[in-house]
Amino acid sequence: MSIPVLQVQGLDVELRSERGVARILQDVTFTIPRGGTVGIVGESGCGKSTLLRAVLGILPKGAETPRGAILFDGQDILTDHAASARGRIGFVPQDPYLSLNPVFRAGDQILEIMRRHAPGSRADHKRKIVELFRAVQLPDPEGALRKYPHQFSGGQRQRLLIAAALACDPALVVADEPTTALDVTTQREILALLRRLVAERGLSLLFVTHDFGVLASVCQEVTVLYAGRVAESGPVRAVLDTPRHPYTRMLLACHPDRAADLAGIPGTVPAATAQPSGCRFHPRCPLAQPSCAAAAPPMQALGEGRAVACPWYETPLPETALA
Amino acid sequence: MAFYIARRLLLALPALLGLVFLTFVLSRVIPGDPAATLAGDAATPAQLAEIRAQYGLDRPILEQAVIHVRQVLTGDFGRSVFSGRPVAEEIAQRLPATLELTFAALLLSTLLGVPLGLVAALNHNGPVDHLVRVLSVGGLAMASFWLAIMLQLFFSMELDILPLRGRVDVEIGMPPLRTGLVLLDSLLAGRGDIFVDGALHLVLPAVTLCLPGLATIARFTRSGVLETLQKDFVLYARAAGYGRVRLAAIYVLRNAVNMVVTQIGLLFGALISGAVAVEAIFDWPGLGTYAVQAILSADYKALLAVTLVVGVVYAVVNVLVDVAQALIDPRVAEDAR
Ligand SMILES: Nc1ncnc2c1ncn2[C@@H]1O[C@H](COP(=O)(O)OP(=O)(O)O)[C@@H](O)[C@H]1O
Ligand SMILES: [Mg+2]
Repeated sequence: MSIPVLQVQGLDVELRSERGVARILQDVTFTIPRGGTVGIVGESGCGKSTLLRAVLGILPKGAETPRGAILFDGQDILTDHAASARGRIGFVPQDPYLSLNPVFRAGDQILEIMRRHAPGSRADHKRKIVELFRAVQLPDPEGALRKYPHQFSGGQRQRLLIAAALACDPALVVADEPTTALDVTTQREILALLRRLVAERGLSLLFVTHDFGVLASVCQEVTVLYAGRVAESGPVRAVLDTPRHPYTRMLLACHPDRAADLAGIPGTVPAATAQPSGCRFHPRCPLAQPSCAAAAPPMQALGEGRAVACPWYETPLPETALA
Repeated sequence: MAFYIARRLLLALPALLGLVFLTFVLSRVIPGDPAATLAGDAATPAQLAEIRAQYGLDRPILEQAVIHVRQVLTGDFGRSVFSGRPVAEEIAQRLPATLELTFAALLLSTLLGVPLGLVAALNHNGPVDHLVRVLSVGGLAMASFWLAIMLQLFFSMELDILPLRGRVDVEIGMPPLRTGLVLLDSLLAGRGDIFVDGALHLVLPAVTLCLPGLATIARFTRSGVLETLQKDFVLYARAAGYGRVRLAAIYVLRNAVNMVVTQIGLLFGALISGAVAVEAIFDWPGLGTYAVQAILSADYKALLAVTLVVGVVYAVVNVLVDVAQALIDPRVAEDAR
């Protein structure tokens, strides 16, 4: 068996600032096998983007000393983000409107990435980009090379950024809510494109979303985050059909296939600087016991690749919790 | 782009005509009688009246102004009341000296100010950042005549490594006249010795004159870079694996520099007025010294011509600024179309 593309093991990220220490990620562990597609779901502010920044080696100032390990192709890139890893991890950002520099041609911005991370001449690179533009169905692929970002629509820009992510033949593509900034129709098209590219090219994908519908359409595996910790993980279908963690269960009961947000569930997501002790969900959990506040429950394997960080995963939720 | 430039220049024309008209009216309503200068101290009232009639100074001011504008439009700037020579000729002789000085100062302040501002922003709250902050206050507050004299005392008198005044040494002499710019003409004539001498003469005046511009450019570069560093596309570029140097020096700077270019356009006014003092101290035979002389002798034709020339230079610089901005940011060019 080949080594997985990405192994995140016991990742802790803390952000030090004047306001104190924010514990943004704690003990996050998951694996992406070669050719695997893993989704990270969770509400806004639960640390999804920070997780991606750790993988990409661009943690914000004040978070420079994470603990744990991130193995990319078996090599630890957490503390020393090797230049060899860059370029081999393609990145599709959240906001296609803001992620391209307005004063440089789109083609030149991709060429600069390739100049540093892909073998071959500039002419080779241009040919490759045109090919990719065609693959992502950008109209007028040759002409697009010379256009500036503002000359593309939002959907086209996201196609362009997907092409950029593929430019250096990455071993892994990470995408941070790549469709949230787009309208619904465009969202659907971009998701279809991503699915096609993953299937055609056998891409390994780390895909962040807060939308279960999107998750189900793109990923095989899912890791659910709550307030910086893994609540549960497993194959997408199984987790969506029979969620185990009370958090996932309540989320899905509120919005069976819509955006993950806890509107309608009492309480709020804790601030990163004031995380509760023990299980971070216990102040809002209808199943919480005194022991939940004492220590964080460990991940328990459930078989079939599933795991959950809650000892009460078989206890039914009281009717009132889902009102 | 050519169309864009032509349109911008055409738009400047009415403003310049207005300038000619207004400055004339102003020069005639402020106290001071050019006829008195022309006639000399011993003139009788009859002689004064004759001179007034001869120069058209006895007609209504508005009529005089219209005549003046018409003359300027045909390229006739009149004669200097002071020297009797055509003003256009005198200005043509002196303009290159001022252009050479202000251009050198602008170049210096840009070449030093942009990197300083960049380094300051990249080391936010570091030593260079503090230096730039001190400089940007000091550079604007320091009186240029004081700085000029200090520089002269130190580099010319004490160390004796830079010339005290003038454009070239009298013994070496000016290069054959082509553009009037010493550095350019000496190169065209293949006279390396004059080039070096001219460059040495340029150092102290240009350094004095560049300081306010340097301060402004460093400050605006710094804040532009700091602002750009917050943008999503910088984070994206880092994630995509741009090189650090490339990211800062090209990717970020090009966005930041657009604000700086606007400032350069505004700075030019300060440079020209600064040149008046600097030229006087360094005995630089430019428009500044000419203007001072014209003011002191109530030489209104000379003064009006100087104002117009400065206005034209200002307009041209601002068109150049617009063009530079359109080149830096494609969205600007598109909006302008
Ligand atoms: N650069 C930063 N400075 C300060 N706080 C940050 C920064 N980035 C993220 N955070 C904090 O970290 C937490 C997780 O943020 P993020 O990873 O962006 O979550 P998500 O992507 O899931 O919405 C939030 O509480 C957010 O306020
Ligand atoms: Mg996010």
